[in-house]
Order: sequence, then structure tokens, then C-alpha cells
Amino acid sequence: MDLSFLFFYLFAAVAVGAALVVVLNRNILHCAMALVLMFFAIAALFLMLGAEFIAAVQVLVYAGAIMVLFLFVILLIQIDRVQMLRFAHRQSPLVVIIAVLLLAELLYMIIRGTLGIAPGGADAAAAGAASGSTEAFGALLYTTYLFPFEVASVLLLAAMIGAILLARLDKEEVGGVSRQDMS
Amino acid sequence: MELRFPEYDLGLLAPMLILVITGLVVLLADTFGRRRASGDRSFLAYLSLLGLLLTFYANSRLSGVVAAPFHGLLAIDAVAVFFNYVFLASSMLVVLMSISYGARHSMNVGEYYGLILFSTLGMMLMAAGGDLMTIFLGVEILSLNLYVLAGFLRGQARSNEAAMKYFLLGAFATGFLLYGISFLYGATGTTNLKAMGGFLKAAPAGNVSALLYVGMGLLIVGFGFKVTAVPFHMYTPDVYEGAPTSITAFLSAGPKAAGFAALVRVFSFALEGLHADWWGAFWLIAALTMTLGNILAIVQANIKRMLAYSSIAHAGYVLVALVASGGVGGAQRLGVSSVLFYTLAYTFFNLGAFAVVVAMGRGDRDQVGLADYAGLGYRRPWLALVMALFMVSLAGIPPTAGFVGKFVVFKSALNAGFVWLTIIAVLNSVVAVFYYLRVIVIMYMREPAAEMQAEAAGASFSGSLVIALILAVLGTLDLGLFPSRYLDLALRSVQALLG
Repeated sequence: MDLSFLFFYLFAAVAVGAALVVVLNRNILHCAMALVLMFFAIAALFLMLGAEFIAAVQVLVYAGAIMVLFLFVILLIQIDRVQMLRFAHRQSPLVVIIAVLLLAELLYMIIRGTLGIAPGGADAAAAGAASGSTEAFGALLYTTYLFPFEVASVLLLAAMIGAILLARLDKEEVGGVSRQDMS
Repeated sequence: MELRFPEYDLGLLAPMLILVITGLVVLLADTFGRRRASGDRSFLAYLSLLGLLLTFYANSRLSGVVAAPFHGLLAIDAVAVFFNYVFLASSMLVVLMSISYGARHSMNVGEYYGLILFSTLGMMLMAAGGDLMTIFLGVEILSLNLYVLAGFLRGQARSNEAAMKYFLLGAFATGFLLYGISFLYGATGTTNLKAMGGFLKAAPAGNVSALLYVGMGLLIVGFGFKVTAVPFHMYTPDVYEGAPTSITAFLSAGPKAAGFAALVRVFSFALEGLHADWWGAFWLIAALTMTLGNILAIVQANIKRMLAYSSIAHAGYVLVALVASGGVGGAQRLGVSSVLFYTLAYTFFNLGAFAVVVAMGRGDRDQVGLADYAGLGYRRPWLALVMALFMVSLAGIPPTAGFVGKFVVFKSALNAGFVWLTIIAVLNSVVAVFYYLRVIVIMYMREPAAEMQAEAAGASFSGSLVIALILAVLGTLDLGLFPSRYLDLALRSVQALLG
């Protein structure tokens, strides 16, 4: 018990530290690598909670697929120019005040111990009994949550169509200038 | 391990299924129709219209049904059916006004109509969401399609800007929404709205987790973005100005109604027990939304921007009804039915106004400056007349739908005891009269520039646009002169849910 506590704080500290690096570091490549580290730390936390499937997905999808995409984009646009932008580092004081207030509010509630977590409905109990194993997860996905699972396909289709539509070059645009630009 | 699939009735899903199938058919028809030499692809629009009409029919078959298929993930009931009518009306009008606009901007392609159909599905999911997960999926399907549609004029920098701004801020708002949903799940142990309502009823009074309040706040941000409530409205004028006019029309009607549908589902029904806790936030947002929208609309010289701010103001009026949808007895019924009626009425006269803006365009040039409307009353008397009607309705003057809409909203607010909010709303509608009537004054009392007078000769309407205008006029007048039928329907829809 004690040891798992120790590991929880270890991974949590790594996650928070890495997240801070993502926000504060000025080298965008370092930010991306810190983000990978954060994803791994979060995955470890999921693993400790017995949610192996989500932990695996976290690593595969976020640390794997999405980060590779990020890195591709960073490498394709020249880093030197991106570093010059630094637009994210200039926040208005109002934003800082609101963020600090929100943080204080959340901390206050955590310390006061009023963050009661509900015992959970039937689904949560069922999932909990199987301790988040991939098998239980799959069973839920194909029975109780069949509808959202199917509907998500429309979402993906729309995303694909949108990406192709916005990125493809028309014949008239191949020259670099579109018809509408010239008019 | 034995898996039991959920029992379902495809009849309940018929409207959604027809929409998806039509969307796919339109996409395929475009791909395989490309070989034809004619180049005219307006048949895709008519195909979409056919699908929407079939959906309309399938939806009407669901009246009187109360069902929660797929373990309560969907809630097919009278409120969902009513909102579906609103969405379908808005999508049909937009498709009708897109045909000539799309031909002028060479965007009559399958993707355009396919995305409109898919986004209509997203709206339906939001209105029929029995579970926060379904609502979230609906929001995402809707938003993704809208981002792309806003940037459909790829050659125009303004359209690119609109899509980019909408996408970045929309993704941010999605984060708030999802974060709020996870808080609500933590506090109540369920994402199912019905179970959530039951949990709150069973919970001892005043003894609910603080997480719930954090979750509610985050949900207000997430949905507030969708319905362009102040202070989450920042993107609205730029996106509405830059998007293709037909899509601006679409953005201001259907998706907003869908946002209100989700708000009604979550706040007016599931979280009704906490009305005393959430009305304050909505009160403030409603007052800000109305006031800021109306005041900023006055100074606009571009009609698309003016209508954008006007649509913000109108979202404020609907929020007034939402504030009133709980608390004292009978308030929930009146408040929600006012939301239903107002979104339906607003769809007609607002889309009508945008249809006129579309009709004003010539070639690949949209005439969107208020000055372009000078002397329209003499150049194109019919167009000016219907525009005047829509402006009168937007201003809320009888005998139009706008008046009845405002009337029922104010009545529900007074009934629930929100006197000050009603006073703010009434003052706001007085301010709004100024800028709506100014359009009429410009159309009838100002001399047009010389080159525009010359243009008047060649003015022509496309048939589909005329149909869209006629439908919008009929809707505006019908809901204004004979509102009792629709008010009854709205009231009965809510009643069916409350049982």
C-alpha cells in the first residue's frame, strides 16, 4: 500500500513537472518531448488504477500516433521561425488572475475534503468488478455503448472528408494562386 | 463470455439513419457524377432536399413516442422530435439558398451538402441525447462539419480565417465541455441524464459534491460557446463574416438551436433539482448576451456582422427562457416550451434575412455592406419587402413570429418571478428596433449609388432561392398570426416528458 502511494506521487510529480515544461519551455521540440513524458506518466497512473486498456491506448495513440504527427509538423515548418513567435508567452494579467482563482478554488475544495466522489452507477460497478480489463472494456463497448461506438464512425468520416477537402489542391490552384485570390 | 447486444428498434433511429444514408449517397453521387460533362451539380442539392424531406416524414412518425433505446443513451421523445423539426427546417432552407450561391462560388459539390447532412445528424444527437456521451458526440459531429463548412471558400483569406478561428476556439470549448462532463460523472457516478436526475432527487438536500458545481460551470462554458453566449461569443462576428453566406445562415440557426436543446436536456431536465444553484449564472449570461449583442449590432456597417451580433442578442432572449425553466411549479414547462417556440420562430425569420443577403450577391461578389441596400425598395421592390418583413420580425413587432416568440419568453420569465431580467430584455428589444428599422430606412429612403442603379436591370432570382424566401415568409407570418398551434405543440412536447 505504501509503495503504491509512493509510486503514485512519483508519477504524478513527473506528469505535472513535464506539463510545466511543455508550457514554459521556449524550444518547441523540447516541449513536444516533455509532452511524451507526460503521456507516459499518465499512462502509468492509469496502469496503477487497473485500467490497462486505457494505459495502452494512452501510449499508443497519444505518445505514439499524435506525438509523431506533432513532430512531423514541427520538423516540416522551420523551428527557428516558430521560436520567434512566442505568442503563447504573453498573457494578459486578467487571464493569470482568473487561472489562479480557479486553481485556488479547486485546491480549497480538495483540502476541505468536499470533493465527494459518487459511489458509481451500475456501469461503473460492472467495469470496476472486471477492474478495467480490456475484455470488460470491449464487452461494454459492444453492448451498452454500442450506439456511441457506431456513431463515432460518422464523426471520423466527417473529419476525413474535411481534412481532404481543405488540404487538396485543385487544378487551378496548382500554380500556387487560386482564382479567387486574383479577383 | 456471453455478450448481449442492446435491444433496439430501427424505427426510432429512422430519421438519423436516413440522414446518414442520404449524406453518403450525395458524396458518392458527386464522385461518380463527375464524369458527366455538364458541370452543373445542383442535382446534389435536390438529392439532399429529398433526404431531408424523408427525414422530416420519418420524424413526424415519431410523434407521441417516448423511448430510451440503447440503455438510455438516446432519448427519443417529444422534445427531441420538436427540435428535429427545427433542425430540418433550418437545413432545408439552407440547402435551398445554397444552390444559386454555390453555383456563383463554385462550391456546389457533394462534400458541401454531405457535411450539411452530417451536421444535421450531430444536432439531432444533441437534442436526443439521453446521456452526456451522446450529447458530446453530437457536439463533435456538428462542430467538425461546421469548421470545414466555414472554410469552404478556400481561396478567400476571410473564409480561411473564419475556419481557423472557429476551429481553435471550438476545440478549446470542447475541452471545457469534456472536462465538465467528467466532473459531473465523478459527482454523480453516471453520465446518463435520467440517472443523474434520479441521483439528485435521492441525494439529501444541499448535500451534493462540490464537483457537481465545478462540472456545471464548465458545461456552461462549453455550451455557452455553441450558443454564442457572452462572454464566449468572441469568435462569432469574424466567423459569421468570413464564412460563405449560406453557411453563416446555417451557423446562426440550426447549431444554435442544438446548443439550446443540449442545455435544456442537461440543465432544465437532468439538473432541474439544482435550479436554485444555476439560474444565477444563466441570469448574468443572459443579461450580458442580450445587451452586448444589441449594442454592438448598432455600430456594424456590414450586414453579416450586424446579423451576427443580432444572433448573439437573440441567443440572450432564449437564455432568458432557460433561466425561467425551473424553480416554482409549472415554470419548467413554460420555460422549456418558450425555448422550443423561440428557436423554431427564429429559424424562419433569421434564415429569411440571410436568404435576402444571399439574393443580393452578384457574380462572385457578395454585397454585404449596409450601403449596398440603399434604394433597394425601388430597385428590387419584392426583395426589399420581404427583407422589411424579416427585420420587423427580428425586432419583435407584431404580427410576426418574432413578436410572439419574445412574448412567450417574457411571459415565462415573469411567471417564474424574474422581473428584472424581463425588464432588461424588454429594454433590449427597444434598442434592437433601432438597428433593424435602420435597414428598412436605408432600403426605402436612401438614394443608391449610381453604378448600382445600372445593375438593377439585370436582377434575377434563382427558383430555389425564391422558394426559400417564400417558405421563410410563410413561416414568419404563420407563427406570428396563428401561433396557438405551435405553442400547443411546444407545451405538449414538454408535458409528455414531465408526465
